[in-house]
Amino acid sequence: MSSLDIFFQQLANGLILGSFYALVALGYTMVYGIIKLLNFAHGDLYMCGAFVGFLFLSLVSGLLGESWTGILCSMVLSMLTIGLLGVLIQRVAYRPMLSAPRLSILITALAVSMVLSNGVMALTDGDYEAFNTDLGFEGLEMGNVFITYTQIVLVVSAALLMLTLFFFINRTMYGKAMRAIAIDQDACRLMGINVNRVIALTFFIGSALAGAAGVMAGVYYGSIHFFMGFVIGLKAFTAAVIGGIGSIRGAMLGGLALGLLEAFGTQIPFVGSEWKDVFSFGILILLLVFKPTGLLGKTEIERM
Amino acid sequence: MAEQTQSPRGSKPIVQSVARWLAPQRNRIIVLAVLAVVAMVLPLAANNYMLEVLSNAWFYVVLCLGLNIVVGYAGLLDLGYAAFFAVGAYTTGILTSQFGVNFWLTIPVAVVCSMAAGIIIGGPTLRLRSDYLAIVTLGFGEIVRICARNLEITGGAGGLIGIERPHLFGLHLNQAIHFYYVFLALAVLACFCSYRLQHSRLGRAWQYVREDEDAAEAMGINRVGAKLYAYVIGAVFGGVAGCFFAAKMTAISPETFMFQQSVLILVGVVLGGMGKIPGVIIGAFALVLFPEVFREIGSMRMLVFAVVMLVIILYRPEGIWPAKRS
Repeated sequence: MSSLDIFFQQLANGLILGSFYALVALGYTMVYGIIKLLNFAHGDLYMCGAFVGFLFLSLVSGLLGESWTGILCSMVLSMLTIGLLGVLIQRVAYRPMLSAPRLSILITALAVSMVLSNGVMALTDGDYEAFNTDLGFEGLEMGNVFITYTQIVLVVSAALLMLTLFFFINRTMYGKAMRAIAIDQDACRLMGINVNRVIALTFFIGSALAGAAGVMAGVYYGSIHFFMGFVIGLKAFTAAVIGGIGSIRGAMLGGLALGLLEAFGTQIPFVGSEWKDVFSFGILILLLVFKPTGLLGKTEIERM
Repeated sequence: MAEQTQSPRGSKPIVQSVARWLAPQRNRIIVLAVLAVVAMVLPLAANNYMLEVLSNAWFYVVLCLGLNIVVGYAGLLDLGYAAFFAVGAYTTGILTSQFGVNFWLTIPVAVVCSMAAGIIIGGPTLRLRSDYLAIVTLGFGEIVRICARNLEITGGAGGLIGIERPHLFGLHLNQAIHFYYVFLALAVLACFCSYRLQHSRLGRAWQYVREDEDAAEAMGINRVGAKLYAYVIGAVFGGVAGCFFAAKMTAISPETFMFQQSVLILVGVVLGGMGKIPGVIIGAFALVLFPEVFREIGSMRMLVFAVVMLVIILYRPEGIWPAKRS
């Protein structure tokens, strides 16, 4: 393989990885933007999404098959379920804690994350589940660069989801309400916005996106595991910080940037794939030290 | 906040009456003396299995007290505490097994190493908001574990084996009972240090920073400095505990220091009551004894802990140990 081929192959790999990161990072950044909560459970919602999608796929596969129709159907159902799960978590665990000290709410989020991951572990006995699909391995071949159709469809659907979200945030009433609440919650309440409902909606959308990403990851990697949410939660947070936490565009950009950085990072001499995670956490720490506002974030007054 | 001070009075009358009885100094000393005698005499009546479990409990007491300095006293959420524990264990492991250094001489080296780790992690990040810090410590915990797994000097994924057990005044520490007393002594030392620190000038500074960072700074407290002290001292507790852990187990592997380990230690701190020494001790014991008593749900213990932690933080944020009535 020539170095140009390697470049294009890693570009493709990075884009796929990056679109997963971006989808998960969006949920992080939306929740953080609106109630300043670092939702540790977000990575676990992604994991739950993969498992719920797996469950639905095995239910509908007799009817719709294990190809794109079945996958699409189970992905939509999984998005709805995970969205509702996110709303439930917000209602039960986070809403009573919003006025509590920051340490308490962080520990609450951590506890929710543990409940989800250990709950799934108890249900699956900690085993890997094979995410069976019959999508085949055909793809586009350009010289030595090979991209499967599955990869292309996944990237395109991630892009479609993000575009929809982008229009929703910028063009609808509820999107406007979300942006307003992120700026000043009390003023919104005075203006007659149903703040609680908009916060619940934010959780719904953010969680649904994580659920979609989970199903897509199941399709892409072919196996799912109760611990798969942990590392991607960390990575998605890194992506959200790279882009500037609280910024929707930042999360998309940060996700893609992190995916590409990782893909190309494994090509640097001495940075093999076993050091990939160290590489991205290193980026996170350097970024937080030198530019905590990220690429697109606004400088904000520190609130403890 | 009003809810916190009222709820225990109505809902937990037994706990409250115990707390009232414990209020005078004299009664506390009696209880402490009884507990000390029990802790000293217990191993004479215990079998090896019980000794193993109890030494493990004392060991977790040390770790939880160390994390308590960071989380309970200074109010910083550290999700990578196992990293310091790993630094101590690997320092001892590498020095004794590969360089033949005497175990006792590795302790000061481990203290220096864990202090350095604390400064490296804390130095640049303690200026950040508290929730960023939580995730950075998580990332650091993972980095340390991945390094331990991939480096040659740490023995890779297989870890280190054949760490020599130490001698103390000519006595070769190789029985379960020896390590029971070693960990008991370590736990007592940790309690003493925690107690002294809590009531020191630095302890009051931590409390102030925890309650109101801006006001503390306005009063002339160096808030980053105070946090860094908490971080470094907590790291030393973890590092020293790690040394003895390596000596007791004679083998360590990177999987001992996974994220779950950090979370487990945090559960101990939250369960008993952040910032309170008796609470943290109870929490650590609950952590170790619970899965032993309920063997059949052993595999689900993390789920049970998670649910308990969620309930505690939502309904009784001050933990099991009764709060002082203000």
